[in-house]
Amino acid sequence: MAKQHVTTTVNNDEFEFLCEPKASMLDVLRDELNLTGSKEGCATGDCGACSVVMDGRLVCSCLVLGVEMEGKSIETIEGMADGEKLHPLQQQFLDHAALQCGICTPGVLVAAKALLEKNPDPTETEVRYWLAGNLCRCTGYDKIIRAVMDAAKEMRAA
Amino acid sequence: MDNSMDVGYSADDKELKFVGKRTNRPDGVDKVTGRARFGADARLPGMLYGKILRSPHAHARIISIDTSKAEALSGVKAVVTRDDFEDRDSEFVPAGEMMVNYRDMVRNIMAREKVLYDGHAVAAVAATSVTIAKQALKLIDVQYEVLPHVIDVVEAMAPGAPLLHDDLFTDGVEPKPTKPSNVAKRLEFNMGDIASGFAEADEILEKTFDTKPVHQGYIEPHSCLASFSENGSAELWCSTQGQYLVRAHCSKLVGMEISKLRVTPSEIGGGFGGKTVVFIEPIALALSKKTYRPIKITMTRDEVFRSSGPTSGGNVRVKVGITKDGKIMACEAELKYQAGAFQGSSVQPGCMCAFAPYDVANVNVIGWDVLSNRPKVAAYRAPGAPISEYAVECVIDELAERIGMDPVDFRLKNAAKEGTQTAYGPKFGPVGFVEVLEATKALDHYKIPLGPNQGRGIGSGFWFNIGGETCVNLNVNEDGTLTLITGSPDIGGSRASMCNMAAEELGIDVGLINPIIADTSVLGFNFLSAGSRTTFACGLATIEAARNAIENMRKRVAQLWDIPLDAVVWEDGAARPASSNAGEFEPMTLPEIAKIAPKTGGPIAGHAEINAQGAGPGFGTHMVDVEVDKETGHVKVLRYTVIQDAGKAIHPSFVEGQYQGGAVQCIGWALNEEYVYGEDGRLQNSGFLDYRIPLASDLPMIDTKIVEVPNPNHPYGVRGVGETPIIPGLAAMSNAISNALGLRMSELPMSPPKVLKAIKEASV
Amino acid sequence: MASGETEMEVEATSVRQIFRHLQERFPNIKSHMVDDIAVAIDGTVFQDAWLEKVTENSEVYLLPRIGGG
Ligand code: FES
Ligand code: FES
Repeated sequence: MAKQHVTTTVNNDEFEFLCEPKASMLDVLRDELNLTGSKEGCATGDCGACSVVMDGRLVCSCLVLGVEMEGKSIETIEGMADGEKLHPLQQQFLDHAALQCGICTPGVLVAAKALLEKNPDPTETEVRYWLAGNLCRCTGYDKIIRAVMDAAKEMRAA
Repeated sequence: MDNSMDVGYSADDKELKFVGKRTNRPDGVDKVTGRARFGADARLPGMLYGKILRSPHAHARIISIDTSKAEALSGVKAVVTRDDFEDRDSEFVPAGEMMVNYRDMVRNIMAREKVLYDGHAVAAVAATSVTIAKQALKLIDVQYEVLPHVIDVVEAMAPGAPLLHDDLFTDGVEPKPTKPSNVAKRLEFNMGDIASGFAEADEILEKTFDTKPVHQGYIEPHSCLASFSENGSAELWCSTQGQYLVRAHCSKLVGMEISKLRVTPSEIGGGFGGKTVVFIEPIALALSKKTYRPIKITMTRDEVFRSSGPTSGGNVRVKVGITKDGKIMACEAELKYQAGAFQGSSVQPGCMCAFAPYDVANVNVIGWDVLSNRPKVAAYRAPGAPISEYAVECVIDELAERIGMDPVDFRLKNAAKEGTQTAYGPKFGPVGFVEVLEATKALDHYKIPLGPNQGRGIGSGFWFNIGGETCVNLNVNEDGTLTLITGSPDIGGSRASMCNMAAEELGIDVGLINPIIADTSVLGFNFLSAGSRTTFACGLATIEAARNAIENMRKRVAQLWDIPLDAVVWEDGAARPASSNAGEFEPMTLPEIAKIAPKTGGPIAGHAEINAQGAGPGFGTHMVDVEVDKETGHVKVLRYTVIQDAGKAIHPSFVEGQYQGGAVQCIGWALNEEYVYGEDGRLQNSGFLDYRIPLASDLPMIDTKIVEVPNPNHPYGVRGVGETPIIPGLAAMSNAISNALGLRMSELPMSPPKVLKAIKEASV
Repeated sequence: MASGETEMEVEATSVRQIFRHLQERFPNIKSHMVDDIAVAIDGTVFQDAWLEKVTENSEVYLLPRIGGG
């Protein structure tokens, strides 16, 4: 099948590319746009390592087609820090040692940011259920949950 | 290693500035911004994509492989099969630091005479895109003669079971067997007189337990990028727990000199033992050798489950005899561990660990290494130990209950301590099991009252911990900063721990040290980041390299001041005269010494090349409260505490992280995780949807209690902490569920249908 | 041990010498066994330590080498 022309915005930068019709958004981000911060843990929507925000909605980029990026605005982990200033979530993850190997971290951070934008004052249970789509095999989630709760507190105070 | 190295100033000897502190993680920012490069994040110009054709059969003879159609497909640049890998002799040879049978390994990489499990590699292609590579796989014509298969370990041992290898004869039995079987090995550990031990016991309990294979479940699939040059050398980038072992295996399997292969470890997205072996790396090299183009291979999640190594499932019979007042008199166990399609399960450490936590005079443990049509197992933290210790800890718990003794008191009464003779060999040096149990008893958690259908469970565990070959370089840069070069992949923050130790030794700010993890061309051999060795062994080498750098700096200063070396001491990051007798000199700081290094003899560095010995055994106990829904069989974890002796926590956050992560892996292993095979011998749950690892929403916070009983063989007392946390939780979970239900379960996972079945059986 | 012996006294000053004694006494010990064996000297485990010193009355245990995950 012929490749399709796609114009899209990722982290406020405009991109144009030719997309294989079967390629996922994750493939496009990683292979075409060289944004390898989004990770592939499963490619079946089960692990959340590929989480990105598309027009304000949290999605697994492995389940979205590259051609669906047309006209959309995408936010990935690479767009989370503001220059050298880390997002409060990123800083809290470091302060809490909420990552061990760090492969799940980009997806968890993107998902947590989407949560706090919707719900600035989540309960522990709400954080746990929101992040239930993001697998982490290293940490047992304890420090991740604490980091998200503390980031929420910090952002509310700001 | 130089054992005269001054060990044993313990944590309390002086105020520690960085050791034991929660310092910044040097690789942290890159990992929260997406910049860190993991296995699949590398590319090279002209790169091709490799894909692997895998067996759909559990057991079949390969009659023929026709790759001509695939090769003819436009965009396909190379195909490799068994013919591209030279056969190797069947003997165990030292590779790196391990004993490896390359005849088996070459067959596991790429099937030869037979495919031995669903997912076994049969051929591989390199093409200009993943899509073309996948199309090409469909064009490879493999003719199979399907053979009967066997999945279960007990069935595989039975006479008449389908044979995986007709040249495998059981080792370790007398007389030597004349017929081949699936049993690779029998081993036995004995101490005292088991019969008289049981004769002295008042209560004897014998039970058999069953566990299923589980996968390490690292979130990052195996990935590598290989590039062969026409000059016969090659570069390999991959996600691994040990670049030097990858180099050892690949150079052997591909047939090249070690110096010609340069392996660079990527950041690693979890390993837990599963990334201590090679699968795709030799294939990528072979494809690259055919094309002289870079080849990238990344496993899919399905391939990770079907074709990389899970850990063994096991069948374990345990018999323990105790006196009325709770003294263990005799312990007996028989362990049958699945090795997968090739010999080499972790039954040996399973045997050695089984009763190691307890001071018992009479012990007999027999182990069997059994093959079946499953992927060859790999380590999963503390390989072998969780399975045997789970069974033992369940029996111990039930016996304590029978004589009406508190389960912690029972363990305390029998706990191994310094001087206890183990059944596997040595007497223990200083160990912290008693301290762990005392800390357990003191926890508030232990006193929280439980509600209906709730139960509390305790389990304990032991792992040896190891040292091993390690090299470290510490370069003093001209601006007074330092570059710390180690060869141990960092799986969970170890770079920060190394910097803490180096900064402590040097008396400088930890932020001045920048750590990197070297490729194989930079340093001499380093063993794997495995066996809980990194903070211990790489830490020892780091300390030695720092002391070496300090000595070199003192030498420079002694020459400048024209006084003997002894007259110069190193304190708080500066060289100083040892006493007023040495003369009046202003202290020289590290940056000052570094700045004038060119004038005093050139660059300054510290080095260590050691084989670290004297690792300190690790003991831990887990305590968990659960609530069981008797209608559905669902188990909810209410509270969980990990208590473990770290020796010394160099970076407490990452020690806690190891405890918490291990505990949650225990919960998954205990409640849900298992390999499910169909009648056809094919794996039915090769994805995270059906192979369900714990989610954030399944869990409570995981509390931790770090106990510190220093290891006398490490300057700061480090033991190593990564392995032990995977052991105690299986029994703790089982004992908790048993206490909640008033019945004893003896198989894993305790998934809802199995819990319901147990409830039903108990009610008839 | 090969012939069922489990305990013996040898005169040696290093681990390597102990291994030599063993190989002389039990010629059937395969060489890989020696590669794949660890020793514990007075409670401390040495995975590879041919040159490790032993003294009079040292208690030396042979055990399999340990790997890990
Ligand atoms: S890679 Fe998209 S959910 Fe796992
Ligand atoms: S930190 Fe390794 S998977 Fe989450």
